[in-house]
Amino acid sequence: MSDRAGWSAEGRPLLAGAAEGPLLVLDQPLSMWGGLDPLSGRVIDVHHPQHGEVLAGRMLALPAGRGSSSSSSVLAEALRLGNGPRALLLAAPDGILLVGSLVAEMLYEISCPVLLLTASDYRRLGSGMHARVDLRHRLHVRPLT
Amino acid sequence: MWLSSEERAILGGEAGPAAAVAMRVLVALGEAAGAQRMVAIESAHIDSCLYHGRAGLDFAERLVAGGGRVRVPTTLNVASLDTRQPELVRLEGREREEAARLMDAYVALGGEPAWTCAPYQLPGRPGFGAQVAWGESNAIAFANSVLGARTERYGDFSDICAALAGRVPLAGLHTAEARRARMIFELPDLPAEAYEQAELYALVGHLVGQRSGSAVPAIVGLPVGSEDQLKALGAAAASSGAVALFHVVGVTPEAPTLADAAGGGRPPTTRLSMADLRTGWDELSTAANGARLDAVSLGTPHMSLIELERLVPRLLSLSIADGVTVYVSTARQLAEELERRGLLEAFRRPGVQLVVDTCTYITPILHPRAATVMTNSAKWAWYAPGNLGVDVCFGSLDDCLASAEQGRVIRERPGWLVG
Repeated sequence: MSDRAGWSAEGRPLLAGAAEGPLLVLDQPLSMWGGLDPLSGRVIDVHHPQHGEVLAGRMLALPAGRGSSSSSSVLAEALRLGNGPRALLLAAPDGILLVGSLVAEMLYEISCPVLLLTASDYRRLGSGMHARVDLRHRLHVRPLT
Repeated sequence: MWLSSEERAILGGEAGPAAAVAMRVLVALGEAAGAQRMVAIESAHIDSCLYHGRAGLDFAERLVAGGGRVRVPTTLNVASLDTRQPELVRLEGREREEAARLMDAYVALGGEPAWTCAPYQLPGRPGFGAQVAWGESNAIAFANSVLGARTERYGDFSDICAALAGRVPLAGLHTAEARRARMIFELPDLPAEAYEQAELYALVGHLVGQRSGSAVPAIVGLPVGSEDQLKALGAAAASSGAVALFHVVGVTPEAPTLADAAGGGRPPTTRLSMADLRTGWDELSTAANGARLDAVSLGTPHMSLIELERLVPRLLSLSIADGVTVYVSTARQLAEELERRGLLEAFRRPGVQLVVDTCTYITPILHPRAATVMTNSAKWAWYAPGNLGVDVCFGSLDDCLASAEQGRVIRERPGWLVG
């Protein structure tokens, strides 16, 4: 399928679930600790190219996490406050983000699925698209309408 | 991932709700990492006791309510409060109350209230080859690199889950394969005086961390005289990068030779030049030479007993300028040892502030108007500008103390680095 019409691909679920929303693709790995303000859902790492972007309510694609394991807490806290992403789309497995998401699900029944994509599928993602993850771990991407 | 019948029983709730939660988290981690099975651990070190918001507290209290109890000896990392001097930390209201409750919850789960980021400076540290689950990036680097124990990067939530289950997924740095060096760093020959200070080691750690990311580096050409030097190296490399294991060839236990460190592989070599060392030294500072100084922060990671003892005569002869505070962070257990030896007086002198149980860059301790701080820790220098909004100057211990006397930043490259 062409990217213009939309495409879909299968991912490996690190944490299963269904979610959809506008896609935000981070150009660099992000440490949630020191990088995400759970109170606003914004990227606050001034060195990050997407500084100031809002993660809340977005399907968040990031190549990898980075840095402190405290990122698990910060992600869980952002999700608790309703300021977290709707799903995480990763190019490399990341236990820190996975645990943050899993804990939010166990404590608050807030779902933020974590899907691992192949490098080539990951590279096709771009901000300004709409993404949906289904319960069969498929990712569906189409232009935002 | 294969689970034993006992592990399946724990997952099914037979050991109580808290153990089941812990096992669920560990299985998810193991599946993500492609682990085949679990491995038993001998000890755990918990970083989750530092307050980052309500979610961390909810998780800990859920585990307490679910009958959680650690299965292996478990120490607790620095927390948000200095319980010996409660007024020192200016956390207030709900945050303070929740930070204290978080500490209580981890003690209730069976954690030893060591409240230190350097549990390897306390008795009972793991031996070579021991499988452990440690949190706190500098402690992880030290356990893997200096002790030759085996831990992955544990931390919030996963560390306490490992302690409650007494096991972790057999993956990553728990396996020999992942412990091989993937990058080699060669250092230039330096004058003998350079190897006598901890600052060189912090600087090397900073540079190697930046260039390694999460890969395992092997460093060639670095004589090492003390564990404190390796502590400084690891803490810096785990801050500027995500280094959880480093080898120093001829020094650390898994690297008698370069071939041992590389485990038969042929990793690429990077030569660090004098220019690289100078750049690294300069970029760790944001404060200008001569700037008015508000504080000096020593002891990140927590000072060892040897470092504290060496500091005593220095502090006794120091006349600190008005408006400057010299903070010295260490473990409460070591502070108690100082007291037994009659050495605590040095840390009660005007302008000196001993800090235990916590650290000056993770919780509000510094004066709210403190704008410029000097430190001999590359880790502190790396995190404090962002965490605290202060200007920082990284320098030798000598320059830190001289600056405290003058009340102004002495920002100089050390003699061995002057080009």
